[in-house]
Amino acid sequence: MSNKKNKKLSPVQQEYQAFAKAREPKRPVLKNSLRAFFVGGTICFIGQLFQWIYITYFGFNEMTAGNPTVATLIIIAVFMTGFGFYDHLAQYAGGGTIVPVTGFANTVASAAIEHRTEGYVLGVGGNMYKIAGPVITYGVVSAFFIGLIAVALKALGGM
Amino acid sequence: MVQQFVFAFIVGGAICVIGQLLLDVFRLTPAHMTVTLVVTGAVLGGLGLYEPLIKFAGAGASVPISSFGNALVKGALSEAERTGFIGVFTGIFEVTSAGISAAIIFGFLASLVFKPKG
Repeated sequence: MSNKKNKKLSPVQQEYQAFAKAREPKRPVLKNSLRAFFVGGTICFIGQLFQWIYITYFGFNEMTAGNPTVATLIIIAVFMTGFGFYDHLAQYAGGGTIVPVTGFANTVASAAIEHRTEGYVLGVGGNMYKIAGPVITYGVVSAFFIGLIAVALKALGGM
Repeated sequence: MVQQFVFAFIVGGAICVIGQLLLDVFRLTPAHMTVTLVVTGAVLGGLGLYEPLIKFAGAGASVPISSFGNALVKGALSEAERTGFIGVFTGIFEVTSAGISAAIIFGFLASLVFKPKG
């Protein structure tokens, strides 16, 4: 995979790369995937439970219930992060805890808590989005261009 | 009814497995992985393929981070329908505002209450 990178290295460095690669622990892909599946699925299942509650008792419909559901999960995840549960779970489940929106909340909350010693304005305020930032940036930029393309296509089609 | 819970579990789990494979097999960092999923969600949303998935799997599709990309596109497009081109700017956070506000507000409150662990 890194042939191009290897060409710039000296023979000794290449030897070292091969040596290091052979000793790198193999990732248990199947086990990790199963854990991610069950934990991620469970988080979505809990989300579905909240969604059902919002639809049945609070008068949301299928399309609008996603919003309060996501917010509820985020609040729970922030508390779990604060008590230190979420990081334990993340160590076990990997992608199963990163992919759901709870992982997004976890990155915001853990960065906020971690940097409080640097002060509330520059520490908490400035570092809160350090890990969550890429998601927001790329989400908004890609949504903007997709929105532009869709509007342009509609305008062209409407003429 | 029960069906929807099963589909939520399976589809949600499957999206997490895709994320896990991006980490393990394609050696992406968690940040690259979530960005990939969000952009994928936005593209699927633009093509109109994500909404059917939410109809089918409920929270299984709306809880994973890919739905964030979809929701941004949905907000931009539905506002653009009403106000035209400007709506792409003004509507982009419309749908996701609850999630982002909750993360910011409670993340900040958490930093007041909790101390860093280990």
